[in-house]
Amino acid sequence: MRLPRLLGVGLLAVLAAAPFLPLEPMKDYSLHVVIQIFIWSFIGGAWSLMGRFGLVSLGHGAFLGVGAYTTTLLWNFYGLSPWLGSVAAVLLTVALAVLVAYPCSRFRILGHYFALVTLAVGEVVRLLIIAERDWTGGSLGLTLRPAATGTGLAAIQFPDKRVFYYGALVLWLAGLWVWARLDRSMARAAMEAIGEDETAAASVGIHVTRFKLGVTVLSAVLTAVGGIAYAQYITYVNPQTLAGIEVSLRIVFAVVLGGMYSLLGPTVGTALTIALSEYLRIVFGLRFIGMAETIYGLLLVLFIIFLPAGIYGSLRALLARRPRPALTRPA
Amino acid sequence: MIEPIFLAEAAVNGILLGGVLALLALGLNLIFGVLDIVWIAYVDLVMLCMYVVYFLVMVYGWPVWLGGLGGLAFGVLLGIAVHLLIITPILSSPPINQLLATGGLLFFIQSFATFLWTTDHRSVRLTLPIIEVGGMFLSFARLVAFVLSILAVIGLYLFLTRTFIGTAIRAVSQDRGAMALMGASPQRVYIVTSAVGGAMAGIAGALLSIQYSVHPYFGAAFGPITFMICVLGGLGNMVGAFVAAFILSEIISIGGVIWSTEMGYVIAFVIFIVMMFLRPGGIFARRE
Repeated sequence: MRLPRLLGVGLLAVLAAAPFLPLEPMKDYSLHVVIQIFIWSFIGGAWSLMGRFGLVSLGHGAFLGVGAYTTTLLWNFYGLSPWLGSVAAVLLTVALAVLVAYPCSRFRILGHYFALVTLAVGEVVRLLIIAERDWTGGSLGLTLRPAATGTGLAAIQFPDKRVFYYGALVLWLAGLWVWARLDRSMARAAMEAIGEDETAAASVGIHVTRFKLGVTVLSAVLTAVGGIAYAQYITYVNPQTLAGIEVSLRIVFAVVLGGMYSLLGPTVGTALTIALSEYLRIVFGLRFIGMAETIYGLLLVLFIIFLPAGIYGSLRALLARRPRPALTRPA
Repeated sequence: MIEPIFLAEAAVNGILLGGVLALLALGLNLIFGVLDIVWIAYVDLVMLCMYVVYFLVMVYGWPVWLGGLGGLAFGVLLGIAVHLLIITPILSSPPINQLLATGGLLFFIQSFATFLWTTDHRSVRLTLPIIEVGGMFLSFARLVAFVLSILAVIGLYLFLTRTFIGTAIRAVSQDRGAMALMGASPQRVYIVTSAVGGAMAGIAGALLSIQYSVHPYFGAAFGPITFMICVLGGLGNMVGAFVAAFILSEIISIGGVIWSTEMGYVIAFVIFIVMMFLRPGGIFARRE
């Protein structure tokens, strides 16, 4: 086996054994942080499926919100198991994604415009959740109804964090698999051509709308699944953390920080942002509310100015033995 | 059924809100049109100017008009600072990075304001009367803000059409490449544009601070609607943004009375999305 593969297998073994390591005083907390990293990396990876082809969405909060709220509301009001609820949530997400992506592709909404249209979509979902406060709890959010004892599996609620840990690990690996799969497919070549020049892509026979729609729906569905997983783990949903501009920007930041053109970029970025905000929270605690986020914001600006390819992307370029020929783009 | 008088009052309030939104959108649209960069943090800069006005007036006891001028001056400095510190180093980066750099600034300003001033709502307390016109109750503060913002918009228009640098700014927003050929210095035009955009933010901050209380999440409340207005009006199209501001503010205001404030915004955003599909270049764009 070559070195990178060996490293990968070793890392996976450590991750699989982690819940049984004797980390006692910090164990629950560490698991909590790692579970969040897995879930948000998965969501970041889902975002980068679109982002890497120039479809920069600032409204992925919409899909998170639709996913999380659909399962939560179905469970709270009708007692429908989140397993079934997530099927409904995924269908709803597909409908929303098509509703947004089809006209965007049809009428050639690109670049800034695409970003702002998706931003509006994210805000619409957030405001709808707040407006329907009678059953969504408005901006106060909604707590998942606890499951009766013995029905934890059907309700996806477990008192033991380790169950969520393995669930989130599997989810994260599945996300990486989808990413790698797309990376090696014909769709990637097609999408890259579309990202460069839609007219040229169409002229060589690429069905532009079909590919864009496909990649958007895939990205949206995975994001919704991530939202459901997060809601099930935290057992609380809130329009601020699961819809709207703020969470959408957070996803994008983490991915850009790590590097959106590489498999592990979103994971590295998410792990760093979560670790950083947890660390700053521990250091500053309740003494200086806002200080942690201030440093976080400042670092983001600095990173985007000085390391635009992302941390992982830049590191990988640095480590690559042969310097790649610079990509020159015809003017 | 809603009394017609409430609808009329909502319509008038919508016009008053539209004046302020137009001011917010014009500053952003100017920068957007010239530099082709969306300052996601624009309304957060406005929020900082509101804090400046608040402190000058309520803490240091300056008269309101002087506090407003202080806010304006601070806005100019902010605009120049943002351009030199954040935009200049990434002027040739991909658009997404430029967007995100100002997005990072948004997080920074928002949380730094929380850190410095906590999340308390603070307002400049003026005892301005409520005036009654034909059974409708209108706030005098809003009326003053509306008139002043219209004056500011006219001032911006005169600046852009009657001065040399204003003409240069409009020239860049039409063709960036040609400007350098004509011997104008791009950096100078960019700095002036950012300063003017910052000045608009300062004026908007001063006028908003007499109507709304300021808090660190003010930018999050007014930011999205401001972008929508710019895009709906058409990039760099000043008249379009002006009209779009009034259309959206009417929808928000009347929708707010009929259903709820959130539904007013939802309808405004949905109309924005649909309009993007129908007229992607803005409401006044000519069909290709």
